[in-house]
Amino acid sequence: MAKTSKDLKSPLSRARGLGSAKDGVHHFWVLRISALALIPLSLWFVFSLARLATGPADFYSVQHWVSAPSVAVTLVLFLATALYHSVLGVQEVILDYAVGSLRLTLLLASQFLHAIVAAAGIFAVLKVALG
Amino acid sequence: MTTKTPAQSRPLSPFMLGQYYRFQWTSLLSFGHRITGIGLTFGTALVALWLIALASGVDTYGAVAPHLKAWYGQALMFAWTWALMYHLCNGIRHLFWDIGVGFELKTAQRSGTFVVLGSIVLTVAAWAVAYIA
Repeated sequence: MAKTSKDLKSPLSRARGLGSAKDGVHHFWVLRISALALIPLSLWFVFSLARLATGPADFYSVQHWVSAPSVAVTLVLFLATALYHSVLGVQEVILDYAVGSLRLTLLLASQFLHAIVAAAGIFAVLKVALG
Repeated sequence: MTTKTPAQSRPLSPFMLGQYYRFQWTSLLSFGHRITGIGLTFGTALVALWLIALASGVDTYGAVAPHLKAWYGQALMFAWTWALMYHLCNGIRHLFWDIGVGFELKTAQRSGTFVVLGSIVLTVAAWAVAYIA
Protein backbone atom coordinates (compact mmCIF):
# COMPACT_ATOMS: atom_id res chain seq x y z
CA MET A 1 0.00 0.00 0.00
CA ALA A 2 1.46 3.37 -1.00
CA LYS A 3 2.25 5.70 1.88
CA THR A 4 1.31 8.85 -0.04
CA SER A 5 -1.97 10.67 0.50
CA LYS A 6 -2.11 12.05 -3.07
CA ASP A 7 -4.60 9.43 -4.16
CA LEU A 8 -7.70 11.11 -5.54
CA LYS A 9 -9.76 7.95 -5.36
CA SER A 10 -11.80 7.08 -2.32
CA PRO A 11 -11.03 3.70 -0.71
CA LEU A 12 -14.37 2.44 -2.03
CA SER A 13 -13.65 3.37 -5.64
CA ARG A 14 -10.21 1.86 -5.31
CA ALA A 15 -11.71 -1.38 -4.00
CA ARG A 16 -14.20 -1.47 -6.86
CA GLY A 17 -11.73 -0.64 -9.58
CA LEU A 18 -8.12 -1.51 -8.94
CA GLY A 19 -8.27 -3.43 -5.75
CA SER A 20 -6.14 -6.44 -4.98
CA ALA A 21 -4.65 -8.44 -7.82
CA LYS A 22 -6.72 -11.39 -6.54
CA ASP A 23 -3.82 -13.83 -6.64
CA GLY A 24 -3.06 -13.70 -2.91
CA VAL A 25 -4.79 -17.00 -2.16
CA HIS A 26 -2.81 -18.75 -4.89
CA HIS A 27 0.45 -17.30 -3.48
CA PHE A 28 -0.53 -18.52 -0.01
CA TRP A 29 -1.30 -22.05 -1.24
CA VAL A 30 1.70 -22.64 -3.46
CA LEU A 31 4.04 -21.30 -0.75
CA ARG A 32 2.65 -23.89 1.66
CA ILE A 33 2.44 -26.77 -0.82
CA SER A 34 6.07 -26.18 -1.85
CA ALA A 35 6.98 -26.02 1.87
CA LEU A 36 5.40 -29.43 2.40
CA ALA A 37 7.29 -30.90 -0.57
CA LEU A 38 10.53 -29.38 0.73
CA ILE A 39 10.39 -31.21 4.07
CA PRO A 40 11.62 -34.58 2.69
CA LEU A 41 13.65 -32.93 -0.12
CA SER A 42 15.69 -30.68 2.22
CA LEU A 43 16.25 -33.42 4.79
CA TRP A 44 17.57 -35.61 1.97
CA PHE A 45 19.77 -32.81 0.62
CA VAL A 46 21.28 -31.83 3.99
CA PHE A 47 22.12 -35.42 4.92
CA SER A 48 23.53 -36.08 1.43
CA LEU A 49 25.58 -32.87 1.42
CA ALA A 50 27.11 -33.64 4.82
CA ARG A 51 27.89 -37.19 3.65
CA LEU A 52 29.49 -35.85 0.45
CA ALA A 53 31.41 -33.01 2.12
CA THR A 54 32.99 -35.29 4.72
CA GLY A 55 34.10 -37.69 1.98
CA PRO A 56 36.82 -37.02 -0.61
CA ALA A 57 34.46 -34.58 -2.43
CA ASP A 58 36.71 -34.66 -5.51
CA PHE A 59 35.40 -34.25 -9.07
CA TYR A 60 34.93 -37.95 -9.81
CA SER A 61 33.15 -38.88 -6.58
CA VAL A 62 30.73 -35.92 -6.85
CA GLN A 63 30.16 -36.61 -10.56
CA HIS A 64 29.42 -40.25 -9.75
CA TRP A 65 26.94 -39.17 -7.07
CA VAL A 66 25.06 -36.66 -9.28
CA SER A 67 24.96 -39.14 -12.21
CA ALA A 68 22.83 -41.69 -10.39
CA PRO A 69 19.31 -41.30 -11.84
CA SER A 70 17.62 -41.25 -8.43
CA VAL A 71 20.00 -38.52 -7.20
CA ALA A 72 19.72 -36.44 -10.40
CA VAL A 73 15.91 -36.51 -10.34
CA THR A 74 15.76 -35.66 -6.61
CA LEU A 75 18.30 -32.83 -7.09
CA VAL A 76 16.20 -31.32 -9.92
CA LEU A 77 13.07 -31.58 -7.76
CA PHE A 78 14.91 -30.01 -4.80
CA LEU A 79 16.31 -27.10 -6.85
CA ALA A 80 13.03 -26.37 -8.64
CA THR A 81 10.90 -26.55 -5.50
CA ALA A 82 13.38 -24.66 -3.29
CA LEU A 83 13.76 -21.81 -5.80
CA TYR A 84 10.01 -21.60 -6.42
CA HIS A 85 9.42 -21.45 -2.65
CA SER A 86 12.26 -18.93 -2.36
CA VAL A 87 10.95 -16.54 -5.02
CA LEU A 88 7.56 -16.45 -3.29
CA GLY A 89 9.10 -15.93 0.15
CA VAL A 90 11.48 -13.20 -1.01
CA GLN A 91 8.54 -11.48 -2.73
CA GLU A 92 6.73 -11.40 0.63
CA VAL A 93 9.75 -9.83 2.35
CA ILE A 94 10.18 -7.21 -0.40
CA LEU A 95 6.50 -6.26 -0.26
CA ASP A 96 6.75 -5.84 3.53
CA TYR A 97 9.83 -3.64 3.61
CA ALA A 98 10.41 -1.88 0.28
CA VAL A 99 8.38 1.05 -0.98
CA GLY A 100 8.22 3.07 -4.21
CA SER A 101 10.40 2.31 -7.21
CA LEU A 102 12.77 0.26 -5.03
CA ARG A 103 9.96 -2.26 -4.55
CA LEU A 104 9.52 -2.92 -8.27
CA THR A 105 13.28 -2.96 -8.88
CA LEU A 106 13.87 -5.52 -6.13
CA LEU A 107 10.91 -7.66 -7.23
CA LEU A 108 12.17 -7.82 -10.82
CA ALA A 109 15.77 -8.43 -9.73
CA SER A 110 14.66 -11.24 -7.40
CA GLN A 111 12.53 -12.92 -10.06
CA PHE A 112 15.22 -12.72 -12.77
CA LEU A 113 17.94 -13.96 -10.40
CA HIS A 114 15.80 -16.86 -9.19
CA ALA A 115 15.08 -17.87 -12.79
CA ILE A 116 18.80 -17.74 -13.65
CA VAL A 117 19.84 -19.79 -10.60
CA ALA A 118 17.10 -22.39 -11.27
CA ALA A 119 18.01 -22.71 -14.96
CA ALA A 120 21.74 -22.93 -14.20
CA GLY A 121 21.39 -25.46 -11.39
CA ILE A 122 18.97 -27.75 -13.23
CA PHE A 123 20.96 -27.55 -16.47
CA ALA A 124 24.15 -28.45 -14.58
CA VAL A 125 22.53 -31.52 -12.99
CA LEU A 126 21.16 -32.69 -16.36
CA LYS A 127 24.49 -32.14 -18.11
CA VAL A 128 26.38 -34.17 -15.49
CA ALA A 129 23.71 -36.89 -15.37
CA LEU A 130 23.27 -37.22 -19.14
CA GLY A 131 26.78 -36.29 -20.27
CA MET B 1 -9.45 15.03 -1.21
CA THR B 2 -6.14 15.39 0.58
CA THR B 3 -7.23 13.94 3.91
CA LYS B 4 -5.48 10.73 4.81
CA THR B 5 -7.65 7.67 4.98
CA PRO B 6 -6.82 5.22 7.80
CA ALA B 7 -5.40 2.70 5.34
CA GLN B 8 -3.00 5.26 3.86
CA SER B 9 -1.61 6.56 7.15
CA ARG B 10 -1.03 3.11 8.56
CA PRO B 11 2.70 2.46 9.07
CA LEU B 12 4.49 -0.37 7.26
CA SER B 13 5.57 -3.34 9.38
CA PRO B 14 9.19 -2.21 10.14
CA PHE B 15 7.88 0.87 11.91
CA MET B 16 5.86 -1.27 14.26
CA LEU B 17 9.06 -2.32 16.00
CA GLY B 18 10.33 -0.32 18.97
CA GLN B 19 7.57 2.25 19.14
CA TYR B 20 4.52 0.01 19.20
CA TYR B 21 5.77 -3.48 19.68
CA ARG B 22 7.35 -5.21 22.68
CA PHE B 23 10.19 -7.46 21.63
CA GLN B 24 9.76 -11.07 22.67
CA TRP B 25 11.04 -14.61 22.19
CA THR B 26 8.51 -15.43 19.47
CA SER B 27 9.43 -12.32 17.45
CA LEU B 28 13.07 -13.41 17.51
CA LEU B 29 11.98 -16.75 16.01
CA SER B 30 9.91 -14.91 13.42
CA PHE B 31 12.87 -12.74 12.37
CA GLY B 32 14.96 -15.87 12.31
CA HIS B 33 12.57 -17.44 9.82
CA ARG B 34 12.95 -14.54 7.40
CA ILE B 35 16.70 -14.12 7.88
CA THR B 36 17.37 -17.83 7.37
CA GLY B 37 15.01 -17.75 4.37
CA ILE B 38 17.00 -14.95 2.71
CA GLY B 39 20.27 -16.66 3.65
CA LEU B 40 19.07 -19.94 2.15
CA THR B 41 18.29 -18.18 -1.13
CA PHE B 42 21.93 -17.10 -1.42
CA GLY B 43 23.04 -20.55 -0.23
CA THR B 44 21.00 -22.23 -2.96
CA ALA B 45 22.66 -19.93 -5.51
CA LEU B 46 26.02 -21.22 -4.22
CA VAL B 47 24.77 -24.81 -4.61
CA ALA B 48 23.87 -23.99 -8.23
CA LEU B 49 27.37 -22.49 -8.75
CA TRP B 50 28.93 -25.65 -7.31
CA LEU B 51 26.86 -27.77 -9.74
CA ILE B 52 27.83 -25.50 -12.67
CA ALA B 53 31.49 -25.95 -11.71
CA LEU B 54 30.92 -29.71 -11.69
CA ALA B 55 29.24 -29.58 -15.11
CA SER B 56 32.12 -27.46 -16.48
CA GLY B 57 34.65 -30.24 -15.96
CA VAL B 58 37.62 -31.34 -13.84
CA ASP B 59 39.61 -28.10 -14.12
CA THR B 60 36.80 -25.72 -13.10
CA TYR B 61 35.72 -28.05 -10.31
CA GLY B 62 39.34 -28.29 -9.18
CA ALA B 63 39.42 -24.50 -8.83
CA VAL B 64 36.26 -24.49 -6.68
CA ALA B 65 36.89 -27.60 -4.54
CA PRO B 66 39.66 -26.13 -2.30
CA HIS B 67 37.22 -23.42 -1.11
CA LEU B 68 34.78 -26.13 -0.02
CA LYS B 69 37.53 -27.90 1.93
CA ALA B 70 38.81 -24.67 3.55
CA TRP B 71 37.63 -23.74 7.05
CA TYR B 72 35.34 -20.97 5.73
CA GLY B 73 33.76 -23.34 3.20
CA GLN B 74 33.10 -25.93 5.90
CA ALA B 75 31.78 -23.24 8.27
CA LEU B 76 29.49 -21.87 5.54
CA MET B 77 28.15 -25.37 4.79
CA PHE B 78 27.52 -26.02 8.47
CA ALA B 79 25.76 -22.65 8.83
CA TRP B 80 23.74 -23.30 5.67
CA THR B 81 22.59 -26.72 6.84
CA TRP B 82 21.58 -25.26 10.22
CA ALA B 83 19.68 -22.41 8.51
CA LEU B 84 17.85 -24.98 6.36
CA MET B 85 16.98 -27.15 9.37
CA TYR B 86 15.79 -24.10 11.34
CA HIS B 87 13.66 -22.85 8.45
CA LEU B 88 12.28 -26.39 8.00
CA CYS B 89 11.39 -26.89 11.70
CA ASN B 90 9.91 -23.41 12.08
CA GLY B 91 8.13 -23.87 8.73
CA ILE B 92 6.39 -26.97 10.14
CA ARG B 93 5.40 -24.82 13.16
CA HIS B 94 3.90 -22.29 10.73
CA LEU B 95 2.03 -25.05 8.86
CA PHE B 96 0.42 -26.12 12.14
CA TRP B 97 -0.63 -22.51 12.75
CA ASP B 98 -2.12 -22.43 9.25
CA ILE B 99 -4.52 -25.24 10.20
CA GLY B 100 -5.27 -23.43 13.47
CA VAL B 101 -3.20 -25.57 15.83
CA GLY B 102 -0.78 -24.27 18.49
CA PHE B 103 -1.80 -20.61 18.69
CA GLU B 104 -1.93 -20.54 22.51
CA LEU B 105 0.83 -18.21 23.73
CA LYS B 106 2.38 -20.86 25.98
CA THR B 107 2.21 -23.45 23.19
CA ALA B 108 3.74 -21.04 20.64
CA GLN B 109 6.60 -20.23 23.01
CA ARG B 110 7.24 -23.88 23.78
CA SER B 111 7.05 -24.99 20.12
CA GLY B 112 9.57 -22.22 19.39
CA THR B 113 12.01 -23.75 21.88
CA PHE B 114 11.48 -27.16 20.26
CA VAL B 115 12.20 -25.61 16.85
CA VAL B 116 15.57 -24.23 18.00
CA LEU B 117 16.54 -27.49 19.73
CA GLY B 118 15.27 -29.57 16.79
CA SER B 119 17.27 -27.57 14.26
CA ILE B 120 20.46 -28.04 16.29
CA VAL B 121 19.83 -31.77 16.78
CA LEU B 122 19.13 -32.33 13.06
CA THR B 123 22.19 -30.34 11.94
CA VAL B 124 24.55 -32.09 14.35
CA ALA B 125 22.96 -35.46 13.42
CA ALA B 126 23.51 -34.89 9.67
CA TRP B 127 27.20 -34.07 10.17
CA ALA B 128 27.80 -36.66 12.90
CA VAL B 129 26.28 -39.45 10.77
CA ALA B 130 28.42 -38.30 7.84
CA TYR B 131 31.64 -38.26 9.90
CA ILE B 132 30.99 -41.69 11.42
CA ALA B 133 29.94 -43.34 8.13
